[in-house]
Amino acid sequence: MTTPADIPPTTPTDPSSAAPTPAADPSPPAKGTPSGLSRRGLLGLLGVSATAGFVGGVASVAAAVPRSDSPSVAESYEFYGKNQAGIVTPAQDRLFFASYDMLPTATREDLIELLQDWTFAASRLTQGLDVSETGAVGGSPLLPPDDTGEALGLPASGLTLTFGLGPTLFTAADGTDRYGIADRQPTELRELPLFAFDILEEAQSGGDLCIQACANDPQVALHAIRNLSRIAFGRAHIRWSQLGFGRTSSTSTAQATPRNLFGFKDGTANIMAEDHAAVTRSVWADASGDRGWMAGGTYLVTRKIHMTIETWDRARLEEQENIFGRDKGEGAPLSGTKEFDSPNFDAVRSDGGPAIPVNSHVHLAHPNNNKGAQILRRGYNYVDGNNGLGQLNAGLFFISFQRSPEQFIRIQKKLATDALNEYIRHVGSALFAVPPGCASGGYIGEGLFT
Amino acid sequence: MKHRRLLPTLATTGTLVMLTGCVPNNTGADALAIAVNSTADDCIVDTATAASGPITFTVTNSGDKITEFYILAEDKLRIVGEVENIAAGVSRDLTVIAQPGTYYTVCKPGMIGDGLGQNTFTVTGESVALSDNDQQAADDAVANYTAYVKTQASELVPHVQEFVDAYTAGDVKKARELFPIVRINYERIEPTAEQFGDLDPKIDYRKPGAEAEGIPFTGFHRIEMDLWLDEAKARYPEENLTALDPAGRRTVGEQLVADVTALYDDVHSADFQLTLGDITNGAISLLDEISAPDGKLPGEENEFGHTDLYDFYANVEGAEVAYGNVRDIALGKGQEGEDLTATLDKQFARMKTLLETYGNYDDGFVFYNTVDQEARNVLGAQLNALSEPLASLTHTVLGVGS
Repeated sequence: MTTPADIPPTTPTDPSSAAPTPAADPSPPAKGTPSGLSRRGLLGLLGVSATAGFVGGVASVAAAVPRSDSPSVAESYEFYGKNQAGIVTPAQDRLFFASYDMLPTATREDLIELLQDWTFAASRLTQGLDVSETGAVGGSPLLPPDDTGEALGLPASGLTLTFGLGPTLFTAADGTDRYGIADRQPTELRELPLFAFDILEEAQSGGDLCIQACANDPQVALHAIRNLSRIAFGRAHIRWSQLGFGRTSSTSTAQATPRNLFGFKDGTANIMAEDHAAVTRSVWADASGDRGWMAGGTYLVTRKIHMTIETWDRARLEEQENIFGRDKGEGAPLSGTKEFDSPNFDAVRSDGGPAIPVNSHVHLAHPNNNKGAQILRRGYNYVDGNNGLGQLNAGLFFISFQRSPEQFIRIQKKLATDALNEYIRHVGSALFAVPPGCASGGYIGEGLFT
Repeated sequence: MKHRRLLPTLATTGTLVMLTGCVPNNTGADALAIAVNSTADDCIVDTATAASGPITFTVTNSGDKITEFYILAEDKLRIVGEVENIAAGVSRDLTVIAQPGTYYTVCKPGMIGDGLGQNTFTVTGESVALSDNDQQAADDAVANYTAYVKTQASELVPHVQEFVDAYTAGDVKKARELFPIVRINYERIEPTAEQFGDLDPKIDYRKPGAEAEGIPFTGFHRIEMDLWLDEAKARYPEENLTALDPAGRRTVGEQLVADVTALYDDVHSADFQLTLGDITNGAISLLDEISAPDGKLPGEENEFGHTDLYDFYANVEGAEVAYGNVRDIALGKGQEGEDLTATLDKQFARMKTLLETYGNYDDGFVFYNTVDQEARNVLGAQLNALSEPLASLTHTVLGVGS
């Protein structure tokens, strides 16, 4: 068994910095010895619940071997910090998102240990390590390996793991307080209201817990969710999950604006990590009110938005551009010529009509028309094969982060008259509270239980 | 560390007289003697309670058929001591180290069927220290599990005969009622049956499996298709399925009886040998049978009768018996063994409790096509919760020093 060693906890990410610090900057943990590791994760694989408590993040990992000899510094992000990574982190190319329900038999202790085990595993996986010390091939030949192995030899690939807590974790659908945390439920953490054009499917909505895995290699993101799901056996199980490819938003000024499956640039007016004022104002929850445990956290909305690809592709270019309020090639607002030109909603065409139609997506979603409400979008394209009619099951897996769900709700209500609605349907919806990050030795969500 | 936690189970100490071919030599002297009389229609045990410690049961066969005597654990399934092959007029001894707990005694004249004269046997007092002889513990576990497999096979044969008789006679109602019940014995030992390569395909192949391999569709599921023909027609509308005539029913019925009898013969032959690894890996295989894409969890096993929950429960029982046979060994493997057995005890209990919300063998389980997807997800989640730690059992039993 692991012998605890005196590895001091690393300094948490500078609290003044909103962005997670890349591992190599300024003081990376020694290669192969990320901090905050315990043997709980391995025991978690056994589903052992009673005995060993969470060892305070100081166990030896001398035997751990990174999966790559020289992951480039940009390829891994520090897991520990004031805020969770994967929010203002420059959006990676790939997503695997999973929503979980707790098992009916799970207890408060099971929930705490699950969060501890997930934290432990995430602190390793995000550094490109196997899920435990013995990992994929270092264990007994008579045992199933701790790690599933499909990421052997792959670098961390910019993997971030972001954990969220759903409304039903606090108060179950039948009103019960399963884990003694109902009195800590933020008032704004309630099931989202039904919006126009919602045809939500229960099996693709909601959940007690969630994990957003983002990476630049889809296999690395899959590997993380697969192993974290395995650790959860006996406590939580997957309710729904979603693979995404091709980020549809930029979250850093260093990134080019990508396109969604309608062929339009998306996220031009997004909140950028470098805009600290906007991040502070619109993304991070503070300690106000009675929910101090959420300070440094945020709220995560997911919306699975099906696109009727085939009919969209038959729409005239001018109709497509009027629907978005931007031109398709450059991405400029129809009132301007360059992508980052500010939209001028007063501009008029030669025929006297508004240059940017009032029911266009840009017009309705703009902060100026939503009392300043802004959200940090971080969505991905998805294709789940096709339906029986030969049509693509494709669309946008919309993800946004905001300091309060009210920001999303306000904008989404405004979009009731969006011309785009003819070509989209919202089929999945979920809301999660994303707790702040944790320091080495702590665990995600610990503020809820202290 | 040699301090084994003492369990409320009955451990045998070189007691399997017929299997090991030797008489225990270290416990007989001080053993409490209890007489057992196996008659033609009863199994009379002199006393129904005893203090913990060595007990020698002297089993006298006063009937006219060869008999067997079993001591069962509280689940009435797992065998903790047995003596076989007692000829008429002959006595044989069974010596066990009795730990406090509730047990059941039963005799089986004719060595087939359910046995008779099942009675409670209660052991009181303090736990008794177990032997530190690992080889002995392994031998006992294998011997008891082997006896259990034989018992299940010997119960299977007359049950199948009764089922086939009803089916052949055209008593659809009775045959439908018996169908899930007679499968229980089979499902409890399924991996063992699969060990005899040609038998499982004949006894238990599903329609798509038989067709994919180009073998005749026979066995339980062939009869199931005939018993629930409307379901079968709805599921395979393009195939023009028709009911079997009396001669056809007799053919598939006789075939099934012949095949389960062959299974009985195989497990009772001298060649039938199991190892500790067979037991632990067999437990895992039983749970894999449930979650397989053509298994019980997705409702594919009994695609016409929808009686999957009976099979589900029987697979879990079989896995739990296998686990129970090696539990003491696992428990002797230090902290890892204590943690694993605590987890498995808890997860087996949770699995069975969850299944019991859907019924039981006596009152019946609900048809699986009435169990919605969300409820199936919960069943699957609990099955994962049990299967994941069970996958470590082989390592703990065989790979960790005590």
